[in-house]
Amino acid sequence: MTIDTPPISAATQRRGTSTPATRVIGVLTIAMTIWLGVFGLVLSPADRDQGDAVRIMYVHVPSVWLAYLAFIVTALASGVHLFGRRHSLQADRVAGASAEIGVVFMAVTLVTGMLWGRITWGVYWQWDARLTTTALLFISYIGYLAVRGLEGTREQRARRSAIVGLLAVLEVPLVHWSVKLWRSLHQEATVLGTDLDVSLDGLMLFSLFVGVVAFTLLFIWLLLHRSRMLTMIDLSAESGLNAALAQRRAEGGVSL
Amino acid sequence: MTNAGFILGSYALTFGSIVIFAWRTVKVGKRLSADLSDEDKPWL
Repeated sequence: MTIDTPPISAATQRRGTSTPATRVIGVLTIAMTIWLGVFGLVLSPADRDQGDAVRIMYVHVPSVWLAYLAFIVTALASGVHLFGRRHSLQADRVAGASAEIGVVFMAVTLVTGMLWGRITWGVYWQWDARLTTTALLFISYIGYLAVRGLEGTREQRARRSAIVGLLAVLEVPLVHWSVKLWRSLHQEATVLGTDLDVSLDGLMLFSLFVGVVAFTLLFIWLLLHRSRMLTMIDLSAESGLNAALAQRRAEGGVSL
Repeated sequence: MTNAGFILGSYALTFGSIVIFAWRTVKVGKRLSADLSDEDKPWL
């Protein structure tokens, strides 16, 4: 016996997770990313000390900005789930979606940083304070995603991962200030130091600004799509379970 | 441009990762959407 499900129109299927708002954000993101490529590779000048290698900064810094932002959003959404009165599962999905995005961009940060390091330091990797703490942060969020994949109910998953999400975010300030706390090969903050002094100017600063805006828009776009995707994964699992239960009951002659 | 391989490689890696990640997100979203009705999609 099969369970009948209502037919779903092709128009609905095509829509997926997109809305007019995400389409606008998507177009803006593409435009800003193209601008980033033009400014980063062509229009911005070579650095006096680093030469053309400084061009890697325009993708490296926005990537780490996006990863930090994603991990902070994960912590905030985890807090909403854990301490909110309704223990919202939607907040948990936002936390999970944000962590997935953060992990991807932390990986991009590590690899672009290694390529930049190979040019400026002569090696891809050093067990330096900034690099080591960044690698630990990356591994922590891999762990967070692993915790989300553990068996249990959705409520158990949400509670466990919210605790990990709130603990893991404590590493973000440690990574950011590691260059101040320990002797490090890595340069200090590119734009704003602890004294809030802007150390870049002109086209370099503008190119970096374009990168940060492009990646912030990209984060919003990805977060909207991926949190909707996680909602549908949960609903599909739920409807699949309900259908399986209904089929078993029907096979056993139990009335529904 | 000096060190062009490393610089272009870092841009290709960054933009390539973005395209693959975004494309997979949209594709999986569409596949899941096909099995659910509009009532299950509060964003619509």
